[in-house]
Amino acid sequence: MSEKTFIHIVDSTLRDGSHALSHQFVAEQVARIAKGLDDAGVEVIEVSHGDGLGGSTINYGFSKQPEVEWLKAASSVIKKGKLAILLLPGIGTKEDLKMAGDVGAKVARIATHVTEADISEQHIGLAKKMGMKAVGFLMMSHMAPPEKLAEQGKLMESYGADVVYVVDSAGALLPTTVRERIRALRNAVKVDVGFHGHNNLSMAVANSLAAIEEGARWIDGCTCGMGAGSGNTATEVLAAVLDKMGYATSIDLWKIMDVAEDLVKPIMLKPVRIGKASLTMGYAGIYSSFLLHAEKAAQQFGVDSRDILMEIGRRKAVGGQEDMIVEVAMALAEKKKESARA
Amino acid sequence: MEKVRVAILGSGNIGTDLMYKLKRSQILVPTVMVGIVPESEGLALARKEGLTTTHEGIHGLLAKGQLFDIVFEATTAKAHREHAPLLREAGKVVVDLTPAAVGPYVVPLVNLNEHLGEPNVNMVSCGGQATIPMVHSLRQVAPLEYAEIVATIASKSAGPGTRQNIDEFTDTTARGLEKIGGAPRGKAIIILNPAEPPILMRNTVFGLVEDCDPEKLRRSIDEMVKRVQQYVAGYRLRAKPLIEDLVDGGHKKKVTLYIEVEGVGDYLPKYAGNLDIMTSAAVKVGEEIAKHLAAGTWEKKRAEAHS
Repeated sequence: MSEKTFIHIVDSTLRDGSHALSHQFVAEQVARIAKGLDDAGVEVIEVSHGDGLGGSTINYGFSKQPEVEWLKAASSVIKKGKLAILLLPGIGTKEDLKMAGDVGAKVARIATHVTEADISEQHIGLAKKMGMKAVGFLMMSHMAPPEKLAEQGKLMESYGADVVYVVDSAGALLPTTVRERIRALRNAVKVDVGFHGHNNLSMAVANSLAAIEEGARWIDGCTCGMGAGSGNTATEVLAAVLDKMGYATSIDLWKIMDVAEDLVKPIMLKPVRIGKASLTMGYAGIYSSFLLHAEKAAQQFGVDSRDILMEIGRRKAVGGQEDMIVEVAMALAEKKKESARA
Repeated sequence: MEKVRVAILGSGNIGTDLMYKLKRSQILVPTVMVGIVPESEGLALARKEGLTTTHEGIHGLLAKGQLFDIVFEATTAKAHREHAPLLREAGKVVVDLTPAAVGPYVVPLVNLNEHLGEPNVNMVSCGGQATIPMVHSLRQVAPLEYAEIVATIASKSAGPGTRQNIDEFTDTTARGLEKIGGAPRGKAIIILNPAEPPILMRNTVFGLVEDCDPEKLRRSIDEMVKRVQQYVAGYRLRAKPLIEDLVDGGHKKKVTLYIEVEGVGDYLPKYAGNLDIMTSAAVKVGEEIAKHLAAGTWEKKRAEAHS
């Protein structure tokens, strides 16, 4: 019998999932969930502000506690797996990365917009120097053609990345467009390739499978499908599907279901689901992290969240431009007032 | 008054743009342009504009020391660290546009007066020049608790130097918000946006201030915008200032300002407001220094700066 293909699973409940809680995790919850994930056999457990280290700001939302507290809490309970962080150069700095390394992070995921990989050189370099596994994260992958993405992935590989990811930040990719990107990236780099999906078009599991079939070996998930927008690929669902399809993972299916049901679900403010705003994000290709900011601005200024998101799409905003949301909402409200007067 | 003669060290995009701005100055006149590549476009344009040129770098410049009193450094941080002691020895005043930060950070309208007399001053960062005056305008009205800025620039306007050391921007700008802007805590974010056609530079300034009269804040903000516009023509608010009461924040207020900077388009494209504001602010700094050099009050300022 041939050996089963092994898929590495990264759980981001405590990073991407933090968007769904507006970054209000406390260390005690982090420790409990990280321990659960570790016991369930999750290989890599990511812990950071949703927008990466240093993301605790007015623009992205202040986290309830400093990230160092979350990282220490996770580090103290993770025995088998590895603690990971996310860092977006331009938001977080090398100082943040050093702090994370000092408290036990073993994997550094360095994220840039899909066309801007060259701002990650120093951070990937520092991660390697600190003995960490470095992962290059090409966000908003739908915004660049496969060749461009492959070229950028090659840059990250040249800086020392051990894995390069196609990141569908907007949940806008479909199985065919995932395949094209993974294929182009695999042809360009020697290192492993990964995929990070969002469920805005209900494609997260399907896209992850398409990526695996093209040779991606690292797949991200969040328990309960937490995460920005309509959430990420649900880790427990992914684990079940992969097992059923004959892939090997390090995850204990029953235990990961328990983590989702017993530890994560009770602290969720509301179920992460596909709503009109998050569906619009997948449809129009908008950065999933904008969701709660857009919904809040829609309420504050009395406009439709979908109109805000579509206008942001027209202005070609990239990840991190949360500051545009309120400005767009104000402009739409102004326009609405004018047309009411006319 | 007779115009004060200046040299431009670095014949790249920034140096060339600077040349056209200096040519319009009522106070400064560019006399020398320095490069390291004989056939560079910047040097050719400088010759066309009647400047003396050399492609022999710092030593070519020092050999022409009789032609200028102020040097605008538009090379790289690494090069400027080597140039700075030589220029100091030659008795030249330096306006440094690189991130080297050999001398103190200056922002016109905010802290330049404190540093007139310094032989070497540094222009902080594009984000710093675009936002620190506004942070200062808030602080003039109300005690400031925190300042945060998000600078979004067109990918095409970010050169390899900026890209390879993006932390230099975030760190320098954040410290500028604190040390010059007066925020007890500052945070800076930079985003590169690859959209075509390229976007204009955007800056969002967030400030948390103690309770105060919103009208006073608005007046202070508007006045500062007008004063910056006097030396950065394409500087403007994209929307009215947003002043909100902080939920659960006692009587604190959150101020949000949306700023756009369009370049004049001298040599750099108009979308590169981030570069235009650096060259525009540098000219302004050079002019203030020149006024003292011309009036003979420079030495006095210099003594004060070091007392």
